[in-house]
Amino acid sequence: MAEYQNIFTQVQVHGAGEMGIPVGRDTRNRVGKPIFNRWLGMLGNAQIGPIYLGVTGTLSLICGFIAFEIIGFNMLASVNWDVVQFVRQLFWLALEPPPPGSGLGIPRMAEGGWWLLAGFFLTLSILLWWTRTYLRARALKMGYHIPWAFAAAIWLYLVLGFFRPLLMGDWGEAVPFGIFPHLDWTAAFSMRYGNLFYNPFHMLSIAFLYGSAVLFGMHAATILAVGRYGGEREIEQITDRGTATERAALFWRWCMGFNATMESIHRWAWWFAILTPITGGIGILLTGTVVDNWYMWGVKHGIAPAYPEVYPPGIDPALGMEAK
Amino acid sequence: MKMSDLHRRAARCMVSSRAIKLGVIAVMAASVQGCFEAPPMDTEQVGFRGVGMWSTTNPDITEQLVALNQVPAALPATPAVEGAPKAGDIYQNVQVLGDLSVAEFARTMATITQWVSPEQGCAYCHEGANFAEDNLYTKVVSRRMMQMTQNINSEWSDHVGATGVTCYTCHRGNNVPEYIWFEQDGPVTAGGMSGNSYQQNHVGTEVGYTSMLSDPFSKYLMGEPDKIRVAAQNALPMRGETNNQPTQALENTWSLMMHMSDSLGVNCTHCHNSRNFSSWEQSPPARITAWHALQMVPEINNDYMTPLQPIYPDHRLGSLDDAPKTNCATCHQGINKPLYGVSMLEDYPEWKGPLEGGTLDAPDYTAAPAYGDPNAVEPESTEPSASLVNPETSSKSVIQ
Repeated sequence: MAEYQNIFTQVQVHGAGEMGIPVGRDTRNRVGKPIFNRWLGMLGNAQIGPIYLGVTGTLSLICGFIAFEIIGFNMLASVNWDVVQFVRQLFWLALEPPPPGSGLGIPRMAEGGWWLLAGFFLTLSILLWWTRTYLRARALKMGYHIPWAFAAAIWLYLVLGFFRPLLMGDWGEAVPFGIFPHLDWTAAFSMRYGNLFYNPFHMLSIAFLYGSAVLFGMHAATILAVGRYGGEREIEQITDRGTATERAALFWRWCMGFNATMESIHRWAWWFAILTPITGGIGILLTGTVVDNWYMWGVKHGIAPAYPEVYPPGIDPALGMEAK
Repeated sequence: MKMSDLHRRAARCMVSSRAIKLGVIAVMAASVQGCFEAPPMDTEQVGFRGVGMWSTTNPDITEQLVALNQVPAALPATPAVEGAPKAGDIYQNVQVLGDLSVAEFARTMATITQWVSPEQGCAYCHEGANFAEDNLYTKVVSRRMMQMTQNINSEWSDHVGATGVTCYTCHRGNNVPEYIWFEQDGPVTAGGMSGNSYQQNHVGTEVGYTSMLSDPFSKYLMGEPDKIRVAAQNALPMRGETNNQPTQALENTWSLMMHMSDSLGVNCTHCHNSRNFSSWEQSPPARITAWHALQMVPEINNDYMTPLQPIYPDHRLGSLDDAPKTNCATCHQGINKPLYGVSMLEDYPEWKGPLEGGTLDAPDYTAAPAYGDPNAVEPESTEPSASLVNPETSSKSVIQ
């Protein structure tokens, strides 16, 4: 007999496509006849579609497409329309914000104007997509956990590209659109402001990020381990605790003296997830606005220890002359 | 389930997915090919334990570098003879090395030939029967380079120490040192109203393949160098005291640092304590040596390299008609101490500083006559590699 439990789903049973429950007049926005894909079925549900587009979904896709094209064509122009170079250097290319010191005005197109336009459409697209998650949650009479979690991520995005540049009074403080350029920016940002590792909100964000991964792994492992007792029916087991839940709880209580419950483990995961960008965003927003050098701030507040000297402490060779 | 079932099932899974796995592995291998140096690496602790102060080197590359960076055997020293005639008295037009005895002078000329023009010999700088004549540009440049060498060894011991430099430190048997740089126009872009890249956001072959400023040299190693120190120096922003440098300024500094790291074959912690890059108190001592280099190299480029521009033939100039210039790689060539710190000055004391009667003053090259060019026949044959890590040549170069 074929086995159900594996790294992928071996047995896929399906009948006619599931169209979803009728929700008022929204049914007409459901686009596409359901199809089934065996390969996707190994990872999740084999059914593709129908998808709900609606006004916000359609507008979000259009705005996202505009931003994508602005960024892409500017990257292509930056290699003088050379498609081969575009492919070769794609990870290096970027659409750069206005140069530092140009303030918050409307820049010329070549000097950050396209960046501002792309940022505008990308932000619009993201906010419309957020609205869509909110409206779909409401239509299905769900809680709003997903839209609020998404909003936490949007908060970090807006801090980096909008709120912090506003507070610093300069679009040049924003992040470029580009794969390596935004990574170079991130590392340079940390060094410019004296090492972000000493920023307590950065610490919290890392703790929640790594914590999210740990919780995710612990929870996934626990549920898979009690799947043979029906443990994957987590929602029923919240109120109707079966042997799967008992065993899972007992396992963690034996191992570490404490266990989450079938319900609380999901609150743990949700809070860890949303606190990652929320604390991270606070940390970025304080950088340069409230704190200029996080390492020195850390020394001042006793969180950056001094280590024994291995080589004689250096003296700034520029002391007494004009620093270069 | 029996063991045999397990084996059968495992075999079935492998067969059904083998083709996919092989395909995925092939694509992944192709996409990262050339991106990484193969392990293992050698690491050495250079700071207090547990704080990430490590020096990392690749033994495969070290092996190649050791072979490439050996000091050549010194020519036999000439016996010191009291009252021997001086080159400046016997020969005409000896402006820098006139205080050497005739025998020492001949030896010096022989070593320069060996180090700089082993193929062309004397004729690379001296044309015709009269060796005193300044009729080739190479001779005029070479005189200036002698002055530069003496200046570096006498004025910049904070950087070159007692080890010093000779012609060989940079030339290594080449007419033009292998690692030089020219000013760049920056990457070719469409321009117009398309987004400006500000000379960033392309594969920066000179700056450790980052996407940052592609030419940090014009900014920091010539003219009036830009400010390298841009990290904040106060815990809190302070009105009037905060220097308000943007993040991009640090990216530019970092580009220069990538070049230094690349040229010296060292990682950041060779000079910096990475917990606070700007702190001198916690930096390894090598950072102070490097600081003096950042004062020295602009002087070399401003006082020695750039003024020679008018006398170079076109094929020695860059695409912007600028003179070839120096950066860290010119001497270091992948090693933190050029030639592994072996000093050649004891064998060639004439380079320790200006000799009696010699001068360090530069003539006015703008009024110079048109000089001959020993390469006029086939200029391409001696075209230098302008880039330390030119993608076309990097497979041959061990400095990556």
